[in-house]
Amino acid sequence: MIALLLRDLTLATRAGGGFGLGLAFFLILCTLVPFGVGPQGGTLALIAPGILWVGALLACLLSLDRIFALDHEDGSLDLLATAPIPLEGVVAIKAAAHWLTTGLPLVVAAPLFGLLLHLPATATPWLVLSMLIGTPALSMLGAFGAAITVGLRRGGLLLSLLVLPLYIPTLIFGAEVIRRGAEGGSTVTPLAFLAGITAAVLALMPFAAAAALRVNLR
Amino acid sequence: MSIWEYANPVKFMRTSGAILPWAVAGAALCTVGGLVWGFLTPEDYKQGSTVKIVFIHVPAAMMAINIWVMMLVASLTWLIRRHHVSALAAKAAAPVGAVMTLIALATGAIWGQPMWGTWWEWDPRLTSFLILFLFYVGYIALWSAVEDPDSAADLTGWLCLVGSVFALLSRYAVLFWNQGLHQGASLSVAEGERMSAVYRYPLYLSMLGFFLLFLALLLIRTRTEIRRRRLAALQAREARA
Repeated sequence: MIALLLRDLTLATRAGGGFGLGLAFFLILCTLVPFGVGPQGGTLALIAPGILWVGALLACLLSLDRIFALDHEDGSLDLLATAPIPLEGVVAIKAAAHWLTTGLPLVVAAPLFGLLLHLPATATPWLVLSMLIGTPALSMLGAFGAAITVGLRRGGLLLSLLVLPLYIPTLIFGAEVIRRGAEGGSTVTPLAFLAGITAAVLALMPFAAAAALRVNLR
Repeated sequence: MSIWEYANPVKFMRTSGAILPWAVAGAALCTVGGLVWGFLTPEDYKQGSTVKIVFIHVPAAMMAINIWVMMLVASLTWLIRRHHVSALAAKAAAPVGAVMTLIALATGAIWGQPMWGTWWEWDPRLTSFLILFLFYVGYIALWSAVEDPDSAADLTGWLCLVGSVFALLSRYAVLFWNQGLHQGASLSVAEGERMSAVYRYPLYLSMLGFFLLFLALLLIRTRTEIRRRRLAALQAREARA
């Protein structure tokens, strides 16, 4: 399993792997928003939590189809399906690799982007914390969507249609944590909900994703 | 005698063919009756004549949710017991459910404009219906995207399962996110919270009518799907010979 994780990470970081593209997309998004709504600090600070989370969702979505598509094309997914580790484990590892290459860089870079959008300094720790807790769920849900659409020729658009509604609860609680953090309120409740969703998704989604993969590998 | 006998397409076709005329007639009678009766009700002292949209809005909203539940049950039946009729019924129900959701959203907007002064408000109930509509759209899109019918049934079945959990989760997550403008449940058991009998009985009739309408549409669409499946099988046999 560790070998598989290392393999996926190497593939993602080598040339053509698309590592960092999500981050660049996030940067572009944070650059475009002030052009759209105007440079006033007050307005930007108000909408920053939402923009940051929506940006994270979209950046994560961009690289989702890579989770299984490349392995499906060159046949290594069939080998993994017959490998001694259960397919559920393969899915979990793939999602973890996706998170390490997309979610984690976003978490690390988030304070910088918060600065760009005039997010109050008091909210920055909450931004990092909510992203750290929330983004693993995004990768795992995305792995489910990618598993459903892996056999389709033009699955990209369908993938976003299927996955984005699943992101809504994470988005609501994630942005709420930052908003309350910025106002200095109590963040315990949304944080608990956010962590609960992530924990449930991590525990249950590998089974659903593996079931969908088995259908597509028949 | 067990319910699983109807998983046999031949038996299903025979039984549904016998029920269908009654369902169509009942749907027409109850829907038209409920709406006409509803139209003749007196005007509400606060809402005026706009109150009458409730006879479309509430039944459509009720069916929108119940059709998704029916699809969930049918998907589970397919995933567990592999009855093809069940998968086809879930496929046939989805567009009806999507249209019901749209009707509920549209009538709500038409009512909301004079009453709340806005076509749309990011109210928890409205928002969760929009999310439900997105789930319907995704479900229908997945059915049309996968070519192999059995794989399509499997994948949409799993999507329906996961979607149900998240639709429910979103329903309560949006409560957290914004306070509501929408009134509470239209039909409550508690005395005093109930709407007046003048409105209640036409509403019951209209709800029955919408249910029968769904039943009729579901049977027609499922029968079409079964016939389409038979046609494909015949064509495949023809091509081999």
